[in-house]
Amino acid sequence: MTEAWIAVAIVGAATIALKGAGTVVLGGRALPERFDGVVVLLAPSLLAGLVVVQTLQGDDGIALDARVAGLAAAAVALLLRAPLLVVLAAAAGVAAAARALGAA
Amino acid sequence: MADGPAAALDRREVAAGARAVLPIALAATVFGVSYGILAREAGMGIAAPIVMSFTTFAGSAQFASASVLEQGGALAAAIVAAVLLNLRYLAIGISVAPSLRGSLARRLAEAQLAVDESWAVAQERGQVVRGRVVGAGLMLMVGWCAGTAIGVIGGGALGDPAVYGLDAMFPALFLALLVGLVSSARAKRAALIGALVALALLPVAPPGVPVIAAVAGALIAARRPS
Repeated sequence: MTEAWIAVAIVGAATIALKGAGTVVLGGRALPERFDGVVVLLAPSLLAGLVVVQTLQGDDGIALDARVAGLAAAAVALLLRAPLLVVLAAAAGVAAAARALGAA
Repeated sequence: MADGPAAALDRREVAAGARAVLPIALAATVFGVSYGILAREAGMGIAAPIVMSFTTFAGSAQFASASVLEQGGALAAAIVAAVLLNLRYLAIGISVAPSLRGSLARRLAEAQLAVDESWAVAQERGQVVRGRVVGAGLMLMVGWCAGTAIGVIGGGALGDPAVYGLDAMFPALFLALLVGLVSSARAKRAALIGALVALALLPVAPPGVPVIAAVAGALIAARRPS
């Protein structure tokens, strides 16, 4: 029971500090110009990393499961210029169908 | 320092952010329920998981720490896993900081609302739209915390969200937003390098490290002229 509260306190404090560090250090100013380029590119690089990790991360390294089919469906929907809601529904629907058919 | 007029939020942007993230917030609510159930099984009690959903407010880190505790792992291992998973918030916090306005306390509070999904839907031309992060972040927080409360208090009836394919919605959202962001050659290079670095590290690095290492894509792509 106390273990849980220690985890809540330490993880919570660390996360709040990580999220707030940029704000404290930069203090509302714009970034120096030479970092400008990096910050604009943070979004594409982190989003690409999130796509890979959220699709393939398993309990122990890489896992190929129904999420891959869901992401493929989302990619097709994006190629067809479908609205975001349709893209998300395609991903969930195809992943659910793949699992119903026996995929992990 | 008092909040001047510059600190006022654009309500239309707040509403736009909340609207944009709604389907994902619904999925997050269902995952909140399953987090609550797992946390209960891990012996975390009722209040601690709900407090954690407000303060840590990060799904993957909370799932990781609860799983370690549930499997009888060491407290230190649970904490390290969760903090590693949240290291990416250092980068997200830096990317959000220039858009925030008002007193330091206010900016720090708004920075807490920048989680993966709210930060992602608030992107516009390489910048983060402040009102949208706030609107989307609040919507996600309500869903995640309400879901957690339902889960710990006893909502086992929903079953595994994976059965409905809800786990596939998160990478699909990130892919959809990524497609809108890779208009320049540099952005394409940053995304490609980020994806490759994450993929290469996934089998070998501890959870959390592959995502933060994807930032290498931004650092490398920014160095080369496009």
